Amino acid sequence: MKCRKCGGRAVLELRRHNTALCGPDFVGFFRRHVLETVRRWRMFTRDEPVLVAVSGGKDSLALWDVLHDAGYRTIGLYLDLGIFDYSRASKARCEGFAAERGLELRVVAVADEAGAPIPAVRDATRRPTCSACGLSKRYLMNRAALDAGFPVVATGHNLDDEAATLFGSTLRWDESALARQTPVLEATHPKLVRRVKPLFRMSERETAAYAFVRGIDYIVEECPFARGATSIAHKEVLNRLEDTSPGSKAMFLQGFLERARGLFQARETVTLAECVRCGQVTTGEVCAFCKLRDQVTRATRPSRPAPAAEAHPLDLPGTRGLIADLHAASEIHAP
Amino acid sequence: MKVILRNPGREVEIRGRRRVRELLAELHVLPETVLVIRGRDLLTIDEVVAEDDVVELRPVISGGGA
Repeated sequence: MKCRKCGGRAVLELRRHNTALCGPDFVGFFRRHVLETVRRWRMFTRDEPVLVAVSGGKDSLALWDVLHDAGYRTIGLYLDLGIFDYSRASKARCEGFAAERGLELRVVAVADEAGAPIPAVRDATRRPTCSACGLSKRYLMNRAALDAGFPVVATGHNLDDEAATLFGSTLRWDESALARQTPVLEATHPKLVRRVKPLFRMSERETAAYAFVRGIDYIVEECPFARGATSIAHKEVLNRLEDTSPGSKAMFLQGFLERARGLFQARETVTLAECVRCGQVTTGEVCAFCKLRDQVTRATRPSRPAPAAEAHPLDLPGTRGLIADLHAASEIHAP
Repeated sequence: MKVILRNPGREVEIRGRRRVRELLAELHVLPETVLVIRGRDLLTIDEVVAEDDVVELRPVISGGGA
């Protein structure tokens, strides 16, 4: 197959665009599309510093590469999830990428903030792992950006990620999720930082090809907790459609964003407040991350010593349970 | 040819030469879900893989994100 642009040897066929490109022309094509997305969706300007959330995977590192190459002021943020060797390897990829280009990488460990790494959070909260992980990431990304004065956080969500999320929300007719699905989550509260997805028009395969052609050393192994995830099953369904009818994923997502999302958004009314514990934005009194941290604290607290043989002055009949409840309550409301 | 697959990592030996398109169909792999890599090159679906080649089918799907 020949490159449609220069006639050289093609490295990637792009069926939905009915074309094939060589390495250098594909890199140019990819960058143009991403930067056009940034401009068209007004994700950020040249003057704004961008915090790029990186995981060590192909998408986020490809995004950082494109933005850095285009001259945007970027700093990377790596959230260390504490998922055994997987996290060690992915952190090393981010550090290597940043060091090679002389870029700054900030690291936040989930264990320091949530009280335990993601595997222990999963056990303590009995939430699905991806749910606990997603909640922690969104909270910590926003807080890191806010604390450091960044107006925007960019994530590596690609076309397949977004189409799969839309597919799942549509299957459940989750109106609230449909209202929130957008490549630009505006800062609708002074303590919310704008969150953008500049790769949302690029397929997962295109992003992987970009990372490969650019020689980016990314982690190929998938997260051990992602196996069997519903989002992956949805991606497989969409890829079967794409194989039969190239362009299906893009049409599904683009059509929703252009014609349907506004209908759901108009009906969505959410009142935002600040968490009484941490001050971050929430729809309730205490934010979901603080509740998660409480669950972790309770689950990881060392078991209490057996009651002493001697009676305590407060150890009146019927008060032991009450004292335990007071102890737990003070922990919940502690700053 | 030797075909390297991932997640889980394994190797498959296939006799004879094939076009990438045929190889993927034989292994029940959708073209949209992998990069086909030979050495330092990406291969398009019409390229021929020779008997003594080693190719990697690198998955591009990641996820589980919430």
